[in-house]
Amino acid sequence: MNRSHRLRVPAIAAAAVAAAMVAAGCGSSSSPSSSSGAATASAPGVTATQILIGSHQPLTGPAAPGYSEIAPASNAYFQYVNAHGGVNGRKIKYTYLDDGYDPAKTVSDVHQLVLQNNVYAIFDGLGTPTHLATVSFLNSQKVPDVFVASGCDCWNDPSKYPQTFGWQLDYIREGKILGAYIKQHFAGKKIGYFFQNDEFGQDGVKGLDYEIPHSQVVSRQSYVPTNVNVGPQVAALKASGAQVVVSFAIPAFNALLKLASLKLGFSPTLVASSVGTDPMTLGGLLEAFAKKGGATVSGNALTQGIITDGYLPTLGDTGNSWIALFKKVHDQYDAKAPFDGNVLYGEAVAYAFVQAMMKAGKNPTRADLVSAINGGLPQGPAVAPYAYSASNHSGTTGAYIGVIKKGVVAKQGPVYVTDATPTGAVTAYTGSEQAAPGSGMP
Amino acid sequence: MTLARHVGGALVAAVAVWALSVSLGSFRDYQMADIAVYVVAIAGLTVLIGLSGQISLGNGAFMAVGAYATALLQMHLNWPLWALFPASAVIAAAFGAAVGVAAARLRGPYLAGATLMLAVALPTLATQFPGVFGGDQGLPVTVIPPAALGAAFPLTRWLAWVNAGTALIVLVLLANLARSRIGRSWQAIRDDETAAALAGLNVAGLRILAFVVSAACAGLAGAMLAAYSSQVSPGSFTLTLSIALLTGAVIGGLGSLAGALWGSLVVVLVPTYVTNVATSHGLSSTVAANIPVAAYGVVLIVVILVFPDGIQGGVRRLFGLPPPTAAVPLARLNSLRRRPPSSEHQEEGTT
Repeated sequence: MNRSHRLRVPAIAAAAVAAAMVAAGCGSSSSPSSSSGAATASAPGVTATQILIGSHQPLTGPAAPGYSEIAPASNAYFQYVNAHGGVNGRKIKYTYLDDGYDPAKTVSDVHQLVLQNNVYAIFDGLGTPTHLATVSFLNSQKVPDVFVASGCDCWNDPSKYPQTFGWQLDYIREGKILGAYIKQHFAGKKIGYFFQNDEFGQDGVKGLDYEIPHSQVVSRQSYVPTNVNVGPQVAALKASGAQVVVSFAIPAFNALLKLASLKLGFSPTLVASSVGTDPMTLGGLLEAFAKKGGATVSGNALTQGIITDGYLPTLGDTGNSWIALFKKVHDQYDAKAPFDGNVLYGEAVAYAFVQAMMKAGKNPTRADLVSAINGGLPQGPAVAPYAYSASNHSGTTGAYIGVIKKGVVAKQGPVYVTDATPTGAVTAYTGSEQAAPGSGMP
Repeated sequence: MTLARHVGGALVAAVAVWALSVSLGSFRDYQMADIAVYVVAIAGLTVLIGLSGQISLGNGAFMAVGAYATALLQMHLNWPLWALFPASAVIAAAFGAAVGVAAARLRGPYLAGATLMLAVALPTLATQFPGVFGGDQGLPVTVIPPAALGAAFPLTRWLAWVNAGTALIVLVLLANLARSRIGRSWQAIRDDETAAALAGLNVAGLRILAFVVSAACAGLAGAMLAAYSSQVSPGSFTLTLSIALLTGAVIGGLGSLAGALWGSLVVVLVPTYVTNVATSHGLSSTVAANIPVAAYGVVLIVVILVFPDGIQGGVRRLFGLPPPTAAVPLARLNSLRRRPPSSEHQEEGTT
């Protein structure tokens, strides 16, 4: 046999391995915490000493950058709770599996967690397409499916999904709050939309349209995350004469939007959903993308003046008791990660879970956790109260408007609250924000 | 009496599947259903590569065709499962025929490139036409165990039965096809196209037929995947899937149906097992997430170095059997080479 041909098999195998590794990207994974003792179980996954919960997270693959920080941050807060007496004496053990943002993998991860690992609940499962693939299974098994990490309004469907609860501000509410601000501050201006063409962008646009007069909207441009060429959309926005561009996009596409606008000499006021405006992430992406194109830009200079919203305290607000608490937990248990918006999110949602577990009682069943949340949760780190009730499973109800200045979001004016209906008003929140408890425990 | 032998083997395997499904836990049932998906897809690919000597990096796309066919037929026409599976296979086969016509003109890296394009491009149609295909979120697929089995019958066991049963039927059919005149003709083409043509074989027709069979298997596997994961979405049909299928076929042993089973076991179980080991040993978080991918690569390299003709080839060697007549190392495949067949002849003389 010819020698060069004999090399083929290892060559193809090596190519396949290389491709698989490239496709998988990189990220991080879980670290288990505590041991278990004699079992006086009140529910699957709950022993006398431990509560086992699980999750599916994109630790590798396209959604991993940024999002892979969330679960370790949640785990950091759980370790803090465990070190301070746990939940009614039980320590939380958090097992999260990598689904690479592939819904088929999510399904098999969640089956493993529920059927083999016997988790008490699924916590903070990340992503709309991924979690939608498993939500029916979790509800048919009566597994609490709490605080899904996605702002899809679809988690608020108590008659169909009684076990499922959202947590973050949903995209319709977010669109309404941004839309009301635009209506008030940019009256008569020409407005263009730039949005991701899936439920995230479409729900956001729905919310915007509930508030902004249709006659003001001169262009609606969408993108799909797999196509990074946004030149045509930006050219169309420029041609429409839009003076304000509202973006419902992930950080990478806000960066692409900004750079493409720069190239075309198009400088509208940019208003963008909080999903895509964590200044540290966005600034870093802007610098990285520009470098790839052979240019040098300053992330802070380009993000300056972007109008956005936030439902958690701003990272720059070091005097805020929540930021102080989460920074302390981060420095102690998760110091290797940057203290950015993803980490803050992970810790805040973990706090909400501990709130719910405390309320679920001394020996909680799965149904106890669901009815505890159905009874409402006290306001936590979020700036607005939760909507939880037996008939409403959406989470945070409001946000403030902020402007990015020198790489941090500066809060502007009051917190606004609203609902997800077309007619519900956007009103300034009159209640006060809650301070973090001194113990750091709910 | 090969037919009797194959059917007998399948019946024994069916009993084993039944015994395993009732004795192991529901998650194992679920994994069995997963493995069966890969067995069908890899068996279809191993026949294409190992017997007919054509490579395909696009079988993941045929799986997508089958999976979406299942979801759409169930959603709009409400067909039962037993009709969805064959219908999805037929629809994917039609796609395979179209691709096969083009493929019959291509060789080696060009064929790999063309099918690679299919794997990359086809699943993005789902996001281009969200109204029909549901975009990134995909479409739901509902599987319910028949009422005759009782209300408490576990869905996972039913899925294991359906998928493993389908896989066994496919293996019997493919085993007979491989031993038939068609299978022998494929091998003749694989070994020497010019000689096969001179012997009166319809080379182009047979090559297209191999693509059709392979695509039908992939489409059926897609339907099984849709049933097993109760949804279809473009995220499941990335290039990684097509490469995983090729990996499984090479690891198991090209051209060997038993090898397709070995390959599926490696592709499905190694990453899960390694993840469990990595997480239970409390490895640093950055390391643990990437270990399954690395371990998978190491297994691949070791298998190729130790058993150049795949696990099945290694198993046969352990028992002192000759390598299977149908199986062939990838390097031997003439049609993967770039040069025209005429020069191949001189080359073969020098070996």
